[in-house]
This record gives sequence, C-alpha cells and structure tokens, in this order.
Amino acid sequence: MAVSTLTPGTALREAGGFLRFFLRELKPKGKLLTPFNLLSAPIMLLGVVLLVIRFARGLGAITNLSQDYPWGLWVGFDVITGVAFAGGAYVVTFMVYVLRQEKYHPIVRITVLNGLLAYVFYAGALLLDLGRPWKVVNPIIGNSFGVSSVMFLVAWHFLLYMLAEFIEFSPTVAEWVGRRRAARVLGSLTLGATIFGITLSTLHQSGLGALFLMAKSKIHPLWYSEFIPILFLVSSVFAGLSMVILEGTISRKVFGARMSPVHHTSHRGIVLGLSRVCAGTLFVYLFLKALVFIHGQQVPLLATPLGLWFLVEVAGFVLVPCVLFALAVRRESLALCRVAAAMTLVGIVLNRLNVSIVAFRWYDPVRYVPSWGEVVVTLTVIFAEIWVLRWVVERMPVLSEAPGWVSVVRAPVPATGHAELLKEA
Amino acid sequence: MASENDAIAVTGAVPAGQAESERAGMDRRGFLKTLGAAGACALTAGHAAAAPAGPDEEPCGVLVDTTRCAGCRTCERVCAEAHGLPAPDESDDVMKVVRSPSERALTVVNRYETRAGEVFVKRQCMHCLLPACASACLTRAMFKTPEGPVVWREKKCMGCRFCMVSCPFEVPRFEYHSPVPRIVKCSLCWDRLKAGQRPACVENCPAEALVFGKRSQLLEEAQRRIQGSPETYVHQIYGEREVGGTSYLYLAAVPFDQLGFRADLGDTAYPLLTREFLYGVPVVLTLLPALLLAISNATKENQDPSHHEATHGRLDAHTGNRA
Repeated sequence: MAVSTLTPGTALREAGGFLRFFLRELKPKGKLLTPFNLLSAPIMLLGVVLLVIRFARGLGAITNLSQDYPWGLWVGFDVITGVAFAGGAYVVTFMVYVLRQEKYHPIVRITVLNGLLAYVFYAGALLLDLGRPWKVVNPIIGNSFGVSSVMFLVAWHFLLYMLAEFIEFSPTVAEWVGRRRAARVLGSLTLGATIFGITLSTLHQSGLGALFLMAKSKIHPLWYSEFIPILFLVSSVFAGLSMVILEGTISRKVFGARMSPVHHTSHRGIVLGLSRVCAGTLFVYLFLKALVFIHGQQVPLLATPLGLWFLVEVAGFVLVPCVLFALAVRRESLALCRVAAAMTLVGIVLNRLNVSIVAFRWYDPVRYVPSWGEVVVTLTVIFAEIWVLRWVVERMPVLSEAPGWVSVVRAPVPATGHAELLKEA
Repeated sequence: MASENDAIAVTGAVPAGQAESERAGMDRRGFLKTLGAAGACALTAGHAAAAPAGPDEEPCGVLVDTTRCAGCRTCERVCAEAHGLPAPDESDDVMKVVRSPSERALTVVNRYETRAGEVFVKRQCMHCLLPACASACLTRAMFKTPEGPVVWREKKCMGCRFCMVSCPFEVPRFEYHSPVPRIVKCSLCWDRLKAGQRPACVENCPAEALVFGKRSQLLEEAQRRIQGSPETYVHQIYGEREVGGTSYLYLAAVPFDQLGFRADLGDTAYPLLTREFLYGVPVVLTLLPALLLAISNATKENQDPSHHEATHGRLDAHTGNRA
C-alpha cells in the first residue's frame, strides 16, 4: 500500500477495492424498522418537500418571518442554539490535548464527531435561511470582505472551524479505511488543529452573541448588555458539556454493543468530572449575569411579565442546575448529573431563543411564532444529523476499539478493524 | 448665495441647461430646494475617485420640515414611479394606521394628531452617517457612498438579513415571497444624483417641505428656521446627533416621540457598539494560540510515561510526541 509501489495496475485494483468496501459500508446495518426510523423518515421526507417549496417560492412560502422579525427559529434555534450545544468539542479537546487530562480521552472522538456534524448541519442550516444562498461564497472569495461585520467573522470561523474539526476527526476515518500512514500523519496534526479550533470557538461562540449588539434598541434590557459576547462564550462551555453528558448516556444505550471496554469503565468518572466543570462554569455565568443585572439597575424590571420570564430562565434553569450539578458531584449520583444536564440544555434553549426571538422587539404587540413548516425543517436538520452520526459510529472506530495496528504497545486484541475487511476486498 | 453658485460652477457636472435655469430662476423656493448642493453631490458621485477628500466630499441629505408638509403624498407617488414600484393606494384609509416603508413603498407619509393639529411625517431610510446596516453587511452589499446615500448592491448580497436586525430605524425590507429576493430601501435616488438630479420626492414636493443639499448647510438652514420662529418649532433637529447623525434631518412643532420617532436611540453611532468586540478579535487570534501552546507544553512534562501508555491506547489523535 506504500506509495512507492503504486503502479497503474495496483492503483486501479486498490481503487476498485475501496469502492467495493465503501459501497458495502454504505448499506444500512441493523434493523430498518426501528421506532426512531419510523418517526424520523416521514418527517425528513416532509422537510425535503417543504424545502423545495421554500427555494421555489421564497422564504415567506413556509416561514412566519416578517419585515419586523427577520430572524426566526432557523437562526435562533438551529444556528445560535445548535452551535452552543456543539461547544463540547472545543472544551473536551482543550481538556485532553492542552491540559492533558487523559481521563477524558475516551470521549474525544465521539465529541469531536458530534461537534463536526453539529457545525455541518446546524451552521449549514444557515444556508436554508439565506435569501440568496448562491451568493454565499461572496464573503469567502471575491472582493467583498465586509471586515467590519460580526457576521463576516462568524462565517469565516464556521468554515475554518469545520476544517479544524475535520482534521481532528480524520485519523478515525484513516483507521476506518485502513490507511496506517495517513492515520499517523493526520494524527500528528491534532494538537495544531485543536489549538486553532479552540481559538476559533472562543471567537465565534462570543461572536454569535455579538451579532445582537447592534439590535440594542430592539432587545429587552434584561437580555441586552454589552457583555452578551462574554455571556454567550461562558454559557457555551456548560451547554456543550451538558450535551456531552446526555449524549454519552444515550450512546451507551444505543451503541452499547459497539463500545470498547474502556468506554464502559471510564463513563462514571467522566460524567462526574464534566459535571464538576459544569457546576463551576454555571456559577461563573450566574455571577456575570448578576453583575450585569445589578450594574444595569434592572431590579424594577423584574416586576413585569418579561421580568418573571427572566427569573424563570436564570433561577430555574441556571441556578437550579448549578446547585444540582454540585450536589450530584458530591453524592456521586449519575442520575442527578443527567437531570442537571437536561435542565441546563433547556436553560440554553430558553436563553438563546429569548435573546433572538422573545426579547427581540418585545414591545411589539404582533409576535413572531414559528410556522409548522419551520419546525418540520428544524426537525429534519436534527434527524439528518443523527442519521449521519449513527452511520459513522456504526462503522468507524469512534466508540469502538481502533484497529489492532494502531497502537503497537497495546495488549494484543483480536483485530476486528476494517483494515482486514479492506484486505479481503 | 455666492458660495452655492460657486459649488455648482466648481463641480460643473450639472447639465449646463439645468444649472443655467436654476441660476436664472433662483427665487427663494428654488434656492431652498437646491441649497446649491445638488450639483456638488452629483459631481462627487461622478468624480469620487479623482477628487481628493475635502469639503466637497461632505455628504448630502434632505431636510424635512414637518410643519410645512400638507400630507398630499406626492412623494409616495413619484417615488413609486421613479423606482418602478406599484402606485400607492391614494385613498385616505391607508392614513388611518401608522405605516412603515415596505418592500413595495420606499417612502410613506404618516398622519399624527397632536396638540399642534394634524402633523404629517414622511418616513424612509435615514441614510445614517455611520450606518449600522453597512457595518453589519459581511459582503459590503449595503454600502455608504461618500456622497451620502446608503445603497444596496444586488451582486453582493447573500440575503442574511443582518442589516434588518441591526438597523435602528427598521428600514431595510426583504422580499419574502420571491425565490430571488432583494433587500429594498430608499437609496436617496442614487441614480438620479449621479445624473445631476435631485431625489424624486424633493423634486416634486409642492409644499417646499423637503430641501436637498449638503448636510452642513441643511443644519444651518434648520437652525435658521428654529431661530426665526422659536415658538413654531421644538428646539431639536432629529437626525443631527441621533445614532451619530443621519443624512435625513427633521424639524417639527411637537416633540419627536409624538411623531413616531424613537427618542431612546442615543447619540452613539451603531457600528461603535461592535467595535470593542471586533478590536478584540485579532488580539485573541494571536495571543490565545500562543497561550494554549504554552499550556500544552507545560503539561507535557507532568505526564508519567508508564501511566500514559497503560491508559492511552491510541496513537491517533495524540500529538505525536510519543511516536
């Protein structure tokens, strides 16, 4: 397989072999008629039909967007909330590759895969929302660099971060197709990609908040502050980690059979460790929220309907999960960790939708409510991501053991990797 | 007066006939409507590249004196004609609600009942000096011309609608029911300015409520009117300082918040709201990687190799320091 021995004949044979391997891998594994498939497939079909209508007749055909509410569910949830949920990748790679907390190594691959797919699908959902998506390359190429725009920064960072995430994930792909040399070379790029990725994440997680800085006159004062970027950044840490905790729990149920022993044994320690980080960052976030609140002299605003809604968000879904995480760590209760993580995620959804939709033009008697079409398309994006995630996890060594050749020092295990499959083919 | 004529003479871009007729018939009305600057603005449009930045580069604008507006809505009609938009509904019914400019009407006149009686207010893009929309635009489709108008450029726009989110006056409109949508808003008749003409609405206003000219001269004229009849006007020129200043300026007999203007926008130019964040970007982009690399190197030493090999079964996503 070395490059030097490549002749046209062997190259052709190899290409044919890879094609057969890939086509075989493309086939579904496991049962087709699962409850999840039965639920998601019709919704995705409907979503595709709706998207055809949307591109044929304009955004107004299936959305409730208006001149007063130019951004709705697709931006507020798919992009802004989805990217916060994907924050786990930069936090976990920071802990493993920069702080070298080896304890968290088993979840790196699944977390990076989740992050990569989340960006591809949720940031990709921005394309559905763009009025003129065929111009999307304008800020990337050409002479149209709007460098004074926060959106310019966010667009570039999405693109570069997807690249960084792909590099971080690429050794797994190389192992899957059985390329030893490629796996080694790509693996050596990981630290660089990680550092680059963390830097990009810092800037675009806060950048998503900075998008709303110029909506100063439209956002309710309880949600608007010049510190939105910092609040968005800090909250992306516990949003991402809570997602990792919940996702790990679901993975153990769904992919339990494929999981390597190290995954099963390390799960408990990882969840408790991440919960401790969540409790800490939630506290920091609460502290920042309190500073902004007190400094803005916003106490009188609490006695309004939106003030109560603000309290629901901050007390109910930041303070309570913060306490729950702390308790869970103390009692070493995984169940409580999961409850706290779920509540944290609800709190993030509330916060992002509050900033982008509920508190946006809060004085307007005519409110934006997403149409059913917007909801179906959002579900389509989520389901499509899960389908691809499942396809990858079922095939590549994400949760399962890497092929035997990967580590020479490791204790011998039966080589069940796909390298052998490739050789057979 | 002389200075105005100088401006026309110096610029020389105005079609000779038009300049001549304006000079000949320079009665008060003509003077006010032109304020000598139409030619100057139009000229800088044509010669922007050649002319050095100077007083001539000063943006032009429109002064709206709401005490003169009779609510005839001629501006709505001629605006629609000039931009190929459907003719506005001429009936009085549409005046019963407060309207905003829309993707089918770049300017609208609203009626307000105030203690000074009925007041009519023409609304359209304010053409900010430092526009939020242009600073929000990642493709520079929304563009502030040196001559004053804020224009939208179809070839560049990708339809993200960030300009709509950012505009404090909620002016840019989007064609939601088109597969090839555009952002629609008043361009201060940019094409007419380049041809040496005044905006269609100003050109056709029968009540002399609209004056076109250089912004500084419009401000002087507005001050003059306030000082000339201080009991008529509130002593404020809306747009002089709001959001850092706008090219459209308004005079009124009642406080502006009674005429549908927001009084809470502040004097800070909107692009400044994101400036600190954007200044931080290159700092983070250069310092954070160095810091992370330093931490990574510092933690490397602490690793006990034997422990490491036992728990860490993969060479993959590792940094290669072990290979």
